[in-house]
Amino acid sequence: MNDDTTQGKRGEDKGAAEDGAAVFLERDALQTLLALLQSGGYRLVGPQVRDGAIVYETLGGAEQLPRGWHDEQAPGRYRLHYDPASPRLFAWANGPQALKPLVFAPRELLWEAHRDETGNLRFQDCLPSGERIAVIGVRACDLAALALQDAHFLEGPFPDAAYHRRRTGLFLVAVDCSHPAETCFCAATGDGPRVEAGKGAAWDLRLQELEAGFLVEAGSRAGAAYLARLPARAATEAERAAALAQAQAAVARQTRRLPAPGPSAGAPCHDAAGLAGALTARHDHPHWHDVAQRCLACGNCTAVCPTCFCAGDEEVPDLAGTASRHYRQWDSCFTAAHSYIHGIVIRAETRHRYRQWLTHKLDTWHAQYGRSGCVGCGRCITWCPAGIDLTAEAEALVP
Amino acid sequence: MNPRPPAAPRLRVAVHKFTSCDGCQLAFLNLGEQLLELAERVDLVHFAEAGPVDPDAAVDIAFVEGSISTPEEVERIGRIRRASRYLITLGACATAGGIQALRNFADGDAWLRSLYARPETIRSLATVTPIARHVKVDWELWGCPVSGRQVLAAITSLLAGVTPRAEEDKLCLACKRGQAVCVMVARGEPCMGPVTRTGCGALCPRFGRACYGCYGPAENVNTRSHSRCLAGLGLAPEAVRARYHFITSQAPAFLAAGNSAQDDVT
Ligand code: SF4
Ligand code: SF4
Repeated sequence: MNDDTTQGKRGEDKGAAEDGAAVFLERDALQTLLALLQSGGYRLVGPQVRDGAIVYETLGGAEQLPRGWHDEQAPGRYRLHYDPASPRLFAWANGPQALKPLVFAPRELLWEAHRDETGNLRFQDCLPSGERIAVIGVRACDLAALALQDAHFLEGPFPDAAYHRRRTGLFLVAVDCSHPAETCFCAATGDGPRVEAGKGAAWDLRLQELEAGFLVEAGSRAGAAYLARLPARAATEAERAAALAQAQAAVARQTRRLPAPGPSAGAPCHDAAGLAGALTARHDHPHWHDVAQRCLACGNCTAVCPTCFCAGDEEVPDLAGTASRHYRQWDSCFTAAHSYIHGIVIRAETRHRYRQWLTHKLDTWHAQYGRSGCVGCGRCITWCPAGIDLTAEAEALVP
Repeated sequence: MNPRPPAAPRLRVAVHKFTSCDGCQLAFLNLGEQLLELAERVDLVHFAEAGPVDPDAAVDIAFVEGSISTPEEVERIGRIRRASRYLITLGACATAGGIQALRNFADGDAWLRSLYARPETIRSLATVTPIARHVKVDWELWGCPVSGRQVLAAITSLLAGVTPRAEEDKLCLACKRGQAVCVMVARGEPCMGPVTRTGCGALCPRFGRACYGCYGPAENVNTRSHSRCLAGLGLAPEAVRARYHFITSQAPAFLAAGNSAQDDVT
């Protein structure tokens, strides 16, 4: 969120701009925006090349952005290629993570307990600092996923305080996806590749990258305030047309989709019932056994999935026996502990665990949050060491 | 007001060494300040590397480093078991054979004869075995070397009167929590992470290396599919076998996976 929306009601003023309100910013002027955000008190987090992938980390300036880098993604495979002739900073599809670790920390201290001199226990909340972070280059699928994480962590009867703190500090600079990967299918789920007002979580600024620079528009008051200080000019008709053509090409590049059976066939699956009911109805399908022959039950899919929110708790007592720290960390429906209850592991076998993952994500999520839990980012396909593709598995189950 | 719980009697702890490199004891020693704190709460009655020597003392917890590779060790581990309330194996050697168990796949006598001037002075067993093949083991700590954090966690749990927490998830989850980039997917490295138990903090992948599997098998492993993944990355069946028959080769799941690697990948 930002300076202007005070109380952490997420983005009531965001994502409101009309399409067509965009102005043009030279590519080199992006650094001006980054510097303004930094002097506005934000830590910048943005995409960079590290260890053979594009990851979101603290950004010093625009020179660290992945200029000229392209990705190649396939089931179980990710590679980067460098093109020195390309001036583009965002000519790649998402890497393994983006927003999730910033709001739902991979591991965090929730509270501490101390035994005082009299033997009484005292409990103390340990909330994150509420640091303000401007994230550069957020994709449409990640905004859709953020809206789902918000629904889970904030919109239930017990809002999560740590998530709320982190979430409130975010300023989101979104960018339209111009180069979806072979694994992407956000067009089919209706979540991308364009960033649109009123879809997914609200954003502050939106970029569309062209050969010469960016079309920029504001989606919030805070975004508009920054935009007003940038050396931008009105966009030309040709620039708007180029952006539109690029967006259409990005849709056309996508080949994967999830099955949408019944009356909703062909419709983007979160607008319709999608697979709601379809996988629970196939609880005993022999294909669960088939996928379990390949699945490693490693949980990589759930760790990279931007909507997965399962966590486990761990108590770490100190040596003296007078204090204990209570941690929460990412868990996965692929672990034994996830279904351990009262002396038994309910989902002991991989076929049960994969079934839980796919059924929750694509089917029962609808009943829980009003849409599918999949935003079509393709991460679980790319980062599965066994190359398991959920669209193919869903197709095999619901042909 | 809650009464303060009665002070528990101090636990007596011993650290024993069998066939090993001493690295796990070093991991223990490297706890530094925490080791001093620990010494406030327990009596370290036998820990030769740290000072106190009393190998036959009766103790509450015996940590055992190393595997069984000589006739003398077979006899000694029995004595230790009888003198200990809890016996905890410390690291890959004690728990799953360690690197010296590679001789189980070779002719150990031939090695002896080719390496030593007077092989008849060496008394060793034909095979190297984990502690649990000889005596009952109450808790296992994996890793080459063990993690000091896990050693402390086991002791703190026992001090509190609860069973230590099993960490048996696949390494991948810790790797992802640490925001490491998957070396298998992004670089085609033959990583053992998807079948290996967590505990090390994904040390190797965080430094761009494939996991060696030194923490042994995780729960519910699919070694057959994993072997096929390794073969898909270009490893010959023999190289797949060698990944499994390495530091924790005597763990049943890895022993079997190595033995069936040829069939699994073809
Ligand atoms: S299920 Fe897979 S494709 Fe869908 S949002 Fe999660 S990681 Fe992305
Ligand atoms: S589907 Fe792939 S990433 Fe997910 S648990 Fe199975 S092997 Fe791991």
